[in-house]
Order: sequence, then C-alpha cells, then structure tokens
Amino acid sequence: MRALTIALRTLAREWRSGELGVLLLALTIAVSALTAVGFVVSRVSAAVDLQANEVLAADLRLESPSPLAARYLAEARRLGLETATSVGTLSVVFHGDASQLTAIRAVSPTYPLRGTVTTAAIAYGPASPATGIPARGEVWAESRLLATIGAAVGDEVAIGAATLRVSRALVTRPDQGSSFTELAPSLLMNAEDLAATGLIQPGSRARYAALFAGERTAIEAFKSWLAAHKQRGERLLDISESSPQVRSAIDRAGRFLSLASLVSVLLCSIAVAMAARRYVQRHLDAVALMKTLGGTRAFIMAVTLLQLGVIAVIAAAVGAALGYVAQAWLIHALRGLLAVTSLPPPSLAPIVLAILTAIAVLAGFALPPLLQLSRVPAIRVLRRDVGPPPLVIWLAFWPAAIAIIGLIYWVVRDFVLMAGFVTGLAIFVAVLALGGAMLVRVAGALRGHVGVAWRYGVANLARRRAESVVQVVAFGLGIMVLLLLALVRRDLLEDWRASLPADVPNFFFVNIPPGDRDAFLAYLHEAGAEVSRALPMIRGRMTAINGRLLDELSFPKEDGDGFASREQNLTWSTGLGADNELVAGRWWRPEDAGQPLVSIATEYRDSIGLKLGDRLSFDVAGESFTVQVASVRQVKWDSFQPNFFLVFPPGLLDATAGTWMTSAYFAPGEPRPIAQLVKRFPSVSVFDLDSILAQVRGVIDKAAVAVQSVFLFTLLAGFTVLLAAVQASRDERRFESAMLRTLGASRRTVRAGVLAEFVTLGLLAGTLAAIGASLAGYLVARHVLDVTYHFDIRVWLWGLAAGAVFVAGGGWLATRAVVNQSPLLTLRRG
Amino acid sequence: MSVLKAENITKEVTSPEGPLTIVRELSLEIAAGESVAIVGPSGAGKSTLLALLAGLDTPTSGRVLLAGENLTALDEDGRARLRAERVGFVFQAFHLIPALTALENVMLPLELAGRRDAQTLAAQTLERVGLGARTGHYPRQLSGGEQQRVALARAFVTRPAVLFADEPTGNLDSATGTRVCDLLFGLNRDLGTTVVLVTHDRTLAKRCGRVLHMAAGRLA
Repeated sequence: MRALTIALRTLAREWRSGELGVLLLALTIAVSALTAVGFVVSRVSAAVDLQANEVLAADLRLESPSPLAARYLAEARRLGLETATSVGTLSVVFHGDASQLTAIRAVSPTYPLRGTVTTAAIAYGPASPATGIPARGEVWAESRLLATIGAAVGDEVAIGAATLRVSRALVTRPDQGSSFTELAPSLLMNAEDLAATGLIQPGSRARYAALFAGERTAIEAFKSWLAAHKQRGERLLDISESSPQVRSAIDRAGRFLSLASLVSVLLCSIAVAMAARRYVQRHLDAVALMKTLGGTRAFIMAVTLLQLGVIAVIAAAVGAALGYVAQAWLIHALRGLLAVTSLPPPSLAPIVLAILTAIAVLAGFALPPLLQLSRVPAIRVLRRDVGPPPLVIWLAFWPAAIAIIGLIYWVVRDFVLMAGFVTGLAIFVAVLALGGAMLVRVAGALRGHVGVAWRYGVANLARRRAESVVQVVAFGLGIMVLLLLALVRRDLLEDWRASLPADVPNFFFVNIPPGDRDAFLAYLHEAGAEVSRALPMIRGRMTAINGRLLDELSFPKEDGDGFASREQNLTWSTGLGADNELVAGRWWRPEDAGQPLVSIATEYRDSIGLKLGDRLSFDVAGESFTVQVASVRQVKWDSFQPNFFLVFPPGLLDATAGTWMTSAYFAPGEPRPIAQLVKRFPSVSVFDLDSILAQVRGVIDKAAVAVQSVFLFTLLAGFTVLLAAVQASRDERRFESAMLRTLGASRRTVRAGVLAEFVTLGLLAGTLAAIGASLAGYLVARHVLDVTYHFDIRVWLWGLAAGAVFVAGGGWLATRAVVNQSPLLTLRRG
Repeated sequence: MSVLKAENITKEVTSPEGPLTIVRELSLEIAAGESVAIVGPSGAGKSTLLALLAGLDTPTSGRVLLAGENLTALDEDGRARLRAERVGFVFQAFHLIPALTALENVMLPLELAGRRDAQTLAAQTLERVGLGARTGHYPRQLSGGEQQRVALARAFVTRPAVLFADEPTGNLDSATGTRVCDLLFGLNRDLGTTVVLVTHDRTLAKRCGRVLHMAAGRLA
C-alpha cells in the first residue's frame, strides 16, 4: 500500500515535471499506431470477408448434384442461422422460335443471404437493388438472354413445361460465376414455380445449394457439424473456397498486412526500449537517494512495477482512443481516393490488443532496464560514477525476445512465417550491429583528417560506442522496413496490376463444338478480340488413386475429399501457359503424346496428398483409364485464362473431347459483336467477365486501402524511434554543447558537428537498410507473397538519402534547443 | 557512550593498475551528540570513510557498529532500514529530487519510513530552517543556500541519531555557507544529533568538537 501511494504520487509528480513524458509518449504513440492498424485491418478484413461472402451469397454454402436433406436446414435454423435454397440447372429458354441455353436458378424467398441482386426495368437499363425474388409466375432474365431470344421485359418465355413472364432484367446476382457450369446467361425464378417447369426429373443435371448466414460463432459451429454429417458428393463452400481469385487476393492482403503491422510492433518496441533507457539514466540519482534514505530494493522494485502498470494502463487507454480517431480519419481520407464505398464498423478486439501490447512491450523492453534501477548502489550519492551492475545479457535479452516472438506469432499465426521473420530480423540486427561497430573503428581513423566540426561529430559517434551501435540498428531497421514496405507494396501492386491488366480477358466462351472451333476462333480474331488459348473441356470422374477406391482413402486436407470425388473438368494441352509454373516433374515432350500421364495443380497435390508417379483412375463417358502423375503446376488463377487442375498430354483424350473453351478481350468502346456471335454459334455459351472482374477489383481496392494505411503508421512508428533515440542523448549533448561554446566554439561549429554526426549515422543506417531491404524484399516477394521481385537501384538511392535526411533532419530538430541553450545555464545546472 | 564505532576497517577496490587500498586498518569511536570533522587532502579516503560509517558501502575487512548494530553483518536492505531509522545525510551537491517540491523532498524519508504525519512534520521542519514560505517550490526555483537548507530539513526531519555531511558548504559562498552551518550546529545542539562531516573548510572543521586528520587511508 505504501509502495502504491508512493508510486502514484511520484508518478503524478514526474508527470507534472515532464520527466515521464518521453516513456509515456513513446508507448502511447506505439499503442495508437498499432491499434489504428488493428482497427483499420479489422474493418478492411470484415469488408473483404463480406464482399467475398457476397460471391457465395451466404457465409456458408452446401452444394450437391442431388437434393439436400431437410435436416441440414433444420439444424441451421436451430442454431439461429438464416437459410435459403437454390436449385441451378441448364435449360433452353424459348421466346417464340428463338431459344438460348440458360443457367436457371430457382431460389427461395430469403435468397440472397449476403450481397444484393440488382435488376433493371428494361434490358441493359440502369441497375437498382432488388427487393426479394421474382413473384410466382415471373422471372428475371439477364439482358443478353433477352437480346439473344429477342424478348423484352413484360414478354412471356417458355421454360420447360411452364410459361413465365419476364418482370425485370437481371443485372447481377451475388453468386454468379462461382463455377463454370454457370457461364450461360442467367435467369432467376421463384422456387415455387420449379415443379411446374418439369425441368427437374430423376437423373436431371441440377445443382442443389443450401445457403447459410449468421453470427460467426454459430457459422463455425454449424460448419463443424456439416463437415461431420454431410454426404459424399456434397461440397461445403466458405469464403476460403469460394473462388480461387478471391482467395488468392485475400491471402496476399492478409499476409502483407500481418507483415506490415509486425514492423510497427518492432519499431514501437525499439522506441520504448530507448525511452526506458533514458528514464533509467535520469532516475539513477533519485533511486540512489531513496536507498540512502532507507528505501529497500524490494520496495523500489515494487514502486517501479506499479508505475509501469499505471503507465501501461494510461498508454493503452490513450493509445487506443488515439488509434480509433486515427483510423476513422484515415479511412475517411482514403475512401474517396480508392473508391471504396463503405466499411463495416471496427471490432473492439484492437482494444484488447492495445492493453496486451502495452503490457508485452513494457514487460519485454522497459522492465529489464527499469528493474536495474533497484540495483543502483546507495553509494552513488557520493560517487556519481557508480551505476547499477551491467544487465545480465540473458535477462536483458529474453523478456524482449519472448515479448516480440509472442507478438509476432500472435499477429501472423503462422510458425513458418514467424520463424522466417525472426531469423531475418536476427541476421539483419547482427549485420547492423557489426556495421555500427565498424563505424566506430573507422571514425577513429578519420578524425585526424577532417575539420573541427566533423571531428567533434564523428568523435561523438566513436565515444558513445554502444549508443551509436544501438542507434544505427534502430535507424537502420526503421529505414529498412520503410524501404521494404515500399518495395514489396510496389511489387505486390505491380504484380496484381500485371495479373489484371486493362486487357485481361473479359469474355469466356464454353461449349464450343470441336467442329466449330477453328471457325469460332477465326470469328473472334476478325472481330478484333484478343484471344487467349483455347482448351478442350471434358467431364469425368476420378474413381481410384493407386488402385484404391476413393471411399477407402483419407485425405490430408479437409477439401481433399471434395477435390477427389466431384465431377472433374479435364483438358489436354501441348504447351504450358505462361501463367503455369512447373514445380515438380517435367512438361510433355513429343513422345508423351497419347501416353497415360497427367499434370496436376498444386492445390490437387496438397489437398489430396498426391506425388509424382501416383496412379489416378478416371471414368470419362463410361470409359475407364489410369494415368500417372508426371508433373505438378503452380497455377496463377487470377490470370483469367482458361486453366484446369488436371491437364493430360495430347492424343489421350482427343477421341472423347466434348467441347472447347477460350477467353477473349474486347476493348471497351469497340462494338462487341456478341449478339451476332451467339446467333452464328448458337450452342456456344458466352459469359461476360466484367461483373466478376469488378468484384475482384473491389477486393483488391480494399486490400490497397489497408496496405496504404499500414504503411503510413509504420512511417509514424519510425519517427517515434528517431525521437526516442535523439531524446536519449539529449542531456549529454546539452552539456557538451555548453562546454564547447564555453571553450570558444561558435554556435555554427557546434551545429555543424551535430549535423555531421547525424548525417554519418544516417548514411550508415541508410546503406545497411538498403542492403537489408533488397535482400528481405527478394525473400518476401519470392517466398511469402509469391510475386515477382524486381531489383531496383532506387532502393539504394532512397536508402542513403532517406538515412541522411531523415536522421539528420529529425536529429537536428530534436537537438536544436540543446545547441541554442545558454552555456552558462547548462553548466550551472551541472 | 559511543553511537558510532569502526573497528580496524579496510577498504580495497580493484583498479586497472591492480588492487588499491583506500582505507587502511582504521579504528575510531564517536560518542552520541558529538560533532566530528574529517579533514585531509583530496584522495585521502575521507568520502570513502564516510560511506563506510554510514553503511552506504561495506568494508573489505573490519566492522562498523552504528547505534549498537553491526552494519557489516547486515545485507543491503538491512542497512537501508537502519539508515531510515537512524541516519540523516547532507551532500555537497544537495541531491534534491528535481521532480519534487521542497515539501515533497522533505516528506520523502518520512514516507519511506511509513509515517502518516509526513506532511505536517515536513512543513514544520521547513519552517524551522526558514523556508516555510517556499514549500511549494521546485529545487530549480531555489538558490543554492535554500536548496542546502531543504537538504538539512530532509536530514533532520526523521530525528536521526547520526547526521553525515559530505562537504555541506562546498557548493556555497562563504556567507551562505556560514548561515547553513549555523543551522546545522543549531539542530545538532537542539536535537542532540551526532554530526560527522567531511570537509575542506577549516572554519567549518573548527566549529566541530573533534577534528580527525586523514592521509593515505589512515587517521593521522
């Protein structure tokens, strides 16, 4: 109680006198930077999740080629989830004599659970959000379907045995294009009308879907239940499996954000450690005096711990509040810039993060030096050269290491990434420390050959040997992460842009009869379209792996069963596309033609647990055959080129080739001769990718908002380190400056000396940061983000310039008052 | 009756040139209420002797008895407790805590001893050293003489058995130094406190009841 009283009273007194400001400010800025990132990340992640869920029209979706058991819906409702159903089938829609193969969706009244259906009053008219679903007896038909069959809103169309009225033009529905079976134009109808059409007969090809949405915990619980109870052939889809494009974007964004927030954590920790060091230096005398006056070590330790606790609470509260304000401002500022319309409100989780971070950073980085205070001998009151015994290196190192590794793991939740990051960091810090030590040696040699100002500046670096190394490491790390962020962000965005260029294919064509293939491709070329490769598309089923039936097998990943047992889209190809990278085995040679071989995508290998040489048995149109895995490909799904999980060599499936598919780009503004194309090739299904591209671009835009914001906060954290470092040496500088001026140095000479010191420090830190950023950028781009790395000499120029300007400018501003202070005043104070 | 007794104490430290003996086989005895000045040239070991007598440091050999307790047998915390109860200090550099006001500086030893009447006692003592009007001032707002008077108030507020002073007038001009000394010896007389001080100031030394001359770690 006595310790608490004294802790609170001295804390309040120190706050009033400004003694505590540095530590508290560093920690508060640290926490606010981190929580702002946390808030922004939580909002953007939620937005990305919501948007991605719109692709499913639900949070969770169960699909099956046969009707789904009613108990699934019953269980979902029992858990308080919303449900909807959807039945999809392909059928021909007639209007008079005109007809078109159409993807028909019969949905229940609650559809969609996520996202919005948009419709227009006339074909190709302006879209507006729809309420509910088509009334009984009515349908909403896509404009291109209406154009193809020459119908208008208000006309009646025949679907199977039923005649239904087109009441609106369907513009978009959330779950369009989630699989290639639905590339034909869409038509939405009321599920109540489905029976009257007679489309669904025993043996008809239909896709039944149950949609679920609700609270995250209930969804998780229901997902586990479904995974245990669903039948073979029933496929569970959530956001992570909804579509390769969205998943790929989210993976990248998530990893990048994690990485960037980690950097903020690290920089903040360095700032706190420096502030704590200064706090200790300034309190050595006071603690020695307290001991002289009778304070025991335990008592001083208790006072220190209590003060730290109070500081942590204040910093967490103020930091979280500032972080909240900062994120709101940031989101607001960036919203217009990046065309993001709305973000969900932030979750409260970052407040917990604020408290935990404040405690972890203080415990790891401030506690060891502060506990040293209790070891200051009382004799210091008579002999000021006596300080506490040096920190036992392990005691100093472990709390910081545990705190930082704990935080890293907590942010990344991935052992491999954490290990890579920690290793890289350790190597970088060691290299920087070596560089700093080298500077100290070089400085000694240089001192004799430079003017008085530089001699004074460089001598300062050499004399404060340990401090110089610490500052070089801190500055170097700060500049490195800023460079690294710029580098990786550029690579990431350029890679995204490269994978989604302006001329990315915007039309998919499937069901091209083999006989029409050449004519169809020639037509596309004539129409001025940029055509990507054309690949055959064959439907088949996998029956066995290495002679064992699928039922007997278990798979390494949850989705392995789905991958193995679903109906497969197979293809064959002579060439390997630029968007496919061979990661194992070899690509087809001429002599492989007709050989029983197959090339698989990495997703297949990982989910089913396949390796080179495994034998896969297939059933294609009633014919069985077995092939051997000859290669594994890493497929870039977001290239929007036709791609397949399973690719066979030419000559094996030629006889069974059912149809062909291709994609093409029609430049905007060009007349898109799609209507004539549909008329000339009536069996070809055309799919307009513009809408799904808009969805993917929306996801990427949201990720970009997060990237930018994290980048800004890392910059702020870097400044904190700079301020803390300069602040740490301020007292010493004040005294030295006074001494020099007393000895006759002009203010200008002292200023030049200070500048020389910081410029040297900045150049060294910048050089090492450029090396570090180039190496780390290469590793991160290649192994973490899976994007192409481009070496850039500008990293070096920026590193050196940033080092010199950033450190010298910041250092100069922070020490200006010191240089300008009256030497008499300073020397009197002692 | 002696309040402070050193028995054959030696203090050795390790220096880059090898072991260095600062205090050599020294014995002395100081009676309660006595005032003693330790004088001698720089490097004679005066301040080290003061630190050993006050329990701020421990001798390499020999023992120190303060108010009957063997300081050398106590650990750091034990010595701290004994100081809190029996000892007061005045330093050349005043050693006031800059973040605390004059009143708070004087309250500190009382607070460390867990006294509930810290504020009243501290205010009374400040009044006694003539600073009753400056209780709310921070050290930087006080002159050197005023700061040393605050330090005196802090030293006497716990009514210590022994007051140790290290060059108490070293940072003061002679007139101010004289006023501070008057105050110090007045309190010594009024409260019966034993005073042990280290000084180069002959005038100050002469005002003490006994003067011990020190040279090369021994009493001359």
